[in-house]
Formats: sequence, C-alpha cells, structure tokens
Amino acid sequence: MAEKFGQMLLAIVVLVAVVGVLLFLASLARGKRGDVVRSLFFVGPTIVLVAVGLVWPTILTIVQSLRGASGSGALSFTNFATIFTRDDLRQSIGNTAIWVLLVPLLAIAIGLLYAIIVDRTPIEAFAKTLIFLPMAISMVGASVIWKFVYEYKPTLAPQIGLLNQVLKSLGFETQQFLVNGPWNNLFLIIVMIWIQAGFAMTVLSAAIKAIPDEIIEAAKIDGASGWSLFRFITLPSIRSTLVMVLTTIAIAALKVFDIVRTMTGGNFGTSVVANDFYSASFTQNQPGLGSALAVLLFVLVSPIIIYNVKQLREAY
Amino acid sequence: MSRNLVRTIAVAGATALTLSMVACSSDGGDAGDASSSIDCSAFSSYGDLSGTEVSVYTAIVSPEADPYIESFKAFESCTGATIVYEGDKAFSEQISVRVQGGNAPDIAFVPQPGMLQTLVATGEAVAAPAETESNVDEYFSEDWKAYGTVDGTFYAAPLGASVKSLVWYSPQAFADNGYEVPTTWDELMTLTEQIAADHNDGLTKPWCAGFGDGASTGWVGTDWIEDVLLRTAGGETYDQWTSHEIPFNDPAVVDAFDTTGAILKNDDYVNGGLGDHKTISSTAFVDAGLPILDGTCYLHRQASFYANSWPEGTTVGPDGDVWAFYLPATDPDQAKPVVGGGDFALAFSDRPEVQAFQTYLASADWANERAKATTAGGAVSANKGLDTDLLTNEVDKLSVEMLTDDKTVFRFDGSDLMPSAVGAGTFWTAMVDWTTEDKSSEEVTTQVESTWPA
Repeated sequence: MAEKFGQMLLAIVVLVAVVGVLLFLASLARGKRGDVVRSLFFVGPTIVLVAVGLVWPTILTIVQSLRGASGSGALSFTNFATIFTRDDLRQSIGNTAIWVLLVPLLAIAIGLLYAIIVDRTPIEAFAKTLIFLPMAISMVGASVIWKFVYEYKPTLAPQIGLLNQVLKSLGFETQQFLVNGPWNNLFLIIVMIWIQAGFAMTVLSAAIKAIPDEIIEAAKIDGASGWSLFRFITLPSIRSTLVMVLTTIAIAALKVFDIVRTMTGGNFGTSVVANDFYSASFTQNQPGLGSALAVLLFVLVSPIIIYNVKQLREAY
Repeated sequence: MSRNLVRTIAVAGATALTLSMVACSSDGGDAGDASSSIDCSAFSSYGDLSGTEVSVYTAIVSPEADPYIESFKAFESCTGATIVYEGDKAFSEQISVRVQGGNAPDIAFVPQPGMLQTLVATGEAVAAPAETESNVDEYFSEDWKAYGTVDGTFYAAPLGASVKSLVWYSPQAFADNGYEVPTTWDELMTLTEQIAADHNDGLTKPWCAGFGDGASTGWVGTDWIEDVLLRTAGGETYDQWTSHEIPFNDPAVVDAFDTTGAILKNDDYVNGGLGDHKTISSTAFVDAGLPILDGTCYLHRQASFYANSWPEGTTVGPDGDVWAFYLPATDPDQAKPVVGGGDFALAFSDRPEVQAFQTYLASADWANERAKATTAGGAVSANKGLDTDLLTNEVDKLSVEMLTDDKTVFRFDGSDLMPSAVGAGTFWTAMVDWTTEDKSSEEVTTQVESTWPA
C-alpha cells in the first residue's frame, strides 16, 4: 500500500516537473515570434501525441487490414471479402445497424418525452435524478444488473430473474430472453437505452429551458398550444441539440461492445462489429481480419462525426 | 507517452523495492528457517543465482496461483533468484500483444499447443536448453514432449495437466436409486434411459450440461465432441482431424456429433434442473453441475478441475457428496481413451537464471513441491516422477492414475491443437448454434470446415 502510494506520488512529482520545464521554456520565448513559439509549446505535445497515438496506429491498422487474416501476408482485399460473405460477420453488421437505428431514436424519444412531462413539475429534480442515475453505472455494471433481470429458470423451478418471475406470476411460461433470437437483440438494446435515455433527457431538458419565454408567450398569443407549440416552437429551437444528442448516441451504439460481451459474449446471434473485432484480433489470432473490422467501424463512424461537426459549426 | 513514463517509473520503483526486500530477507531470520526445512542439495546444479530475477506470466490467478507461488519458494531460497509471478485472466489475449510489443515475460505458461506454435512463430521464443530437455526425456512420455515441440525443436516443458474424460455424479444418489457406475458406452446410455424413466417430473433429467463461459462460450461442447470422437473413431482419426488431414466435416466427426447429440439434444436427457437443451449454451459451465447436489440431475461430464467448482463444504471423494467416474469407452477391453489438457513453460529469454528455472519446472522436484503446496486439488501432472502419495485430493489421484495407465490412449484437447480461428472461434460458435439454434451436425461441421485457415 505505502509502496503504491510512493510510486503515485513520484509519478505526480515527475509530471509536475515536466510541465514546469515546458512552461519555463515557453516563457523564455520573447519578441515578435514569441506568441508562435509559445503556442507551439502548448499545441506541440498534443500534435505529437495525436500523431503517435492516433494517426500512426490508424495507418498501421489500415495496412494490416489489407494483408490477409494474419495481417502480415500479401496485399489483398480478402478480409473485406470475408466480412461481407461470412454469415456470422454479416449478421454482426446487421445487428450493429439495428443498434444504431433503435438506440438513438428510442433513447431520444424517451428522454424528450420525459423532459417535457416533468418540465416545471414540483418533483422535476427528483424525477430527473431517477432517470439520470443509470448514467452513473458502467456499461459492464448495467449489463450484470440486467442479466439478473433476464435470468432464466424453467417454469417449474423457483425464479431468480425479475422478468421471468413476473411472467410466471401471470401464468405464462418463462422465457430465455437472452437466447431466443432475434428478440434477444432487443433485450440487449434495452440496456443501452436504459443508460442513454438519462443523457438525452438531461441535455434536451436544458435546451428546452433555454428557449426564451418571450417566444413561447408570443406563440401562445398567436394561438399555438400543445402539439403545435411543440412542433413549431420547441422542436425547431432545440434542433441543433437534438442532432448533437442523436449523433453522440449513434456513435456510442456503433461502438457497442461491453453490453454484448458481458451479457451473451456475442453468442445466440447477438454479435456486433466491435465484438467480432475483439474476438478476431485477440482470441482467434486473426489480427488482419480484426483490423478490417476496425476499419469498417471507422468508416461507418466517420460520416456521423463529420455531420456532427458541420452541424455544430452552423449552430455557433 | 505520459502513461508510459508513469509505468517506467512505477516499474523502476517496484524493482528497487523488490531488490531491497530481497536484500533484507537474505540476511534476516527467514532464510535460516527456509534452509533448515528445504534440502538445497537438489538445487546445487543450478549454481548461485543471487540477485537475478525471472518473470513469469500466466493465466493462473489467485487462489489457484497460490500453490504455484509456494512451490517456487524452494528454488528461490536455494538459488537466490527471485521469481516475479504475474497472473492475468486476460493472458490469452495479452500474451501475443506483449511478445510482439517487445515486452515479453521471461517465461510464459502457455495453456495450448496451438498458441505455443503461434508464439514460437513470432521468432521471439527461445528453444529449451539441453538440461530442460533431458529432464523432459526422463520424466515425461514422448507425446507430452511432442506437444512442447515445434518443427522438430523442443521449446516448452509440460507443467500441469488436467483430465477431461470424467463424469461427475453423487455416490449417495446412485446408491439410493440402485444405479451402478457404467463401464461401457452402452451401459452409460442404458443408465441414462433408466434415470429418465425413474424421474419423470419434468425438472429432473439424467444429465446436466453447461457450455457458458462468457466470450469463450462453447468450449465445453468441443470437449464433449473430442471425448466422443476419440471413443467412436480412435486415436488415428482424431489426429487426422486435429491436423486437418481429413476435413472437419468428415463422416466420422459428424457421427461423433450425432452420438453426442443423442444425449445433449434430447430434452428427456438434458438439462437437469435447468430447462430444455437450449439452456446448455446459456448456463455457465461452473454452475452446470450443481443440480447434482439437489438431485435434479445425476451425470455431468466435466474435467478434473471441476473439483474446485463445488460449493464450500462439499466433500469430493468415492464416499463423499460428489465423485467422478471415467467416461466409458465403447469397448473398454481395447483401449482407454482419455482427453486432457495441460500447460507448457515457454521461455523468451536465455539468461542462465531463466534456463535454470525452466529446468527446475521440468523436474520431478517441482512436480512434488507443487503437489505438497496444493491442498485444494489441481496438482495433476503427467510427470512420471510425481509421488502420488503427496496428492491430498482424490480427483487428482484418479486423474494421475488415468494419465499413467498403460491402456490409456491420451490425446490433447483437440480444439487447443487447431488454429485459433477454428479452435477458439468457429468450433465454439458451432457448438452454440448446434444446441441453441438446433442446426444439424452436418450443417455446423461444414460451417467450421469453411472457416479453416488456408
């Protein structure tokens, strides 16, 4: 314990020393070009780190994805051919598409509805806390919790799973929620929605509150109320926030890994691209195929990020 | 970069601390105690290795790791070398990353011959020294040596072993129902029918099975198929199958799937206390045998290491709560097929202390040291120098008996011998599809065949 603490302290001291030296060197720069030199001292490390930690690995990954399943063979497109011809990998792409479609839409729908319903009610703070709480739990933690909720035992046996106990009490047969496809995908998606709805609600609620009262009053004087108020005033006013939330959750859904890995391990037709990427790279010794799947994810995420950045630029 | 820096500092700090601790203990009272209880004469050939360090990287974590660490103590106190033991559950994912990243441990305990070949192929591994090889020649059979050999060069000495061809049962429940331990496959099937007929309450079944193990789900099923194939088709076909001289969907293999399916895909026979045969893949393998204790199932095929999975207070032994019998052969008069696994010590450095430690691990001394340190069971080894009287655990004794029986035809776990794309990939998923999606034996074997790396 004391040993670990000593190491940590040493690390902090070294970090502070390094930053101090950098700052000191930066302060030495004077004169006309001083600003440029100083800013280089601050931006430089970041540029170096991004290049070493992000750009270079990306290039290596792309090269590796073109060199066969082993990642060290001759240049070819065999890995990408494999991805689009092997049944299980095609299914993963299909599943990923379902995730990207359902998670953002449902999380936003629930979050938005919730934000509007609890808006300016006496229990607003408490109600918001309730739905925001799952955000504080890690994906793996949430998966473990929901695994218990879905736990299966035969109808005759005592139940552990909440959902199956409810079914049993109502006189139905118990179900293997995580095994029976294709619905098992939906039961996994619910976990992600459970986590993300709180995020959507918080951000959207803030955006709704930021709409100036004058606009709403003016609209009311003009006769707008209920649905038309929401459709013509609220929705356009929070449009840029909506896009930001939508793209953020969509990217999270594209990269989903923890939930699938923890709850089904990608079995029973629930695998997604990120899970296959991990399995191919690290357990099946096919780093080339893994890289190709990573590149595919990269290609799929890019347009969403580009759109997001564009929207943010227009908004501000 | 900053993280690397921190790590470097941390490692440097840790090394310094360890060194200072070693220095302290060598002139303290501990050394005196140790030397009085340990006979160091067996270690004299390793020479004085004071101040040196050997790093060991394994998949074995505490509490299973404790007997290992304990068994290194004699070597440490007699030679002066320090063994830095690092157990990591993510070993199989991390080891190639570390080797290729230039951060290889001195010695890795590799659990599969297939992985051993992959690691040797990186060019970073070092062949075993002559002393280690002569130990292996002396204490191990030729086939065990062959599993540690790649392209004619001997690399890694076998460490521990496990026996997979066991069926767990409750001696008490067998006695109460008048059941006897079957000695042929036919008797096993008759017993299965008998149990199914006697206990027809919809919850109790003769067998219980579980393939679930997170992302590794399915490996239990591959063990089933291997066990059955070795019985129905024999060792030669088994070898051709694992080395892909015959296709994965060879009729003999399809036949083994069907023979297994007669048990695992029959809802009258599985899955005791757990539901129908579709629950097999969603049941964690560690939990799958537990219904034996509450009488909702009677038979559970699982390896010797399952002895550690029973809840605290369960006695394991011929007269205990649970015990295991040998999964019967089709014709026990001819041969006794046994499927098993084991791990191997592969070195990435040829420093003298590393070579000395390798040689020690291949010796009977180490096998016995480990047996002494292992009180909870799991000290099985194929080392012929192992003194079976030292084994405290009944299952360990049974396993060693099975491994050293003259009639035994031993084969290594087949999925561990196959390329990992199959052995840790499509073969696993095939077992899941076969049970949960009811795909036919032809369908899943053909599916695996199509993914065999060229």
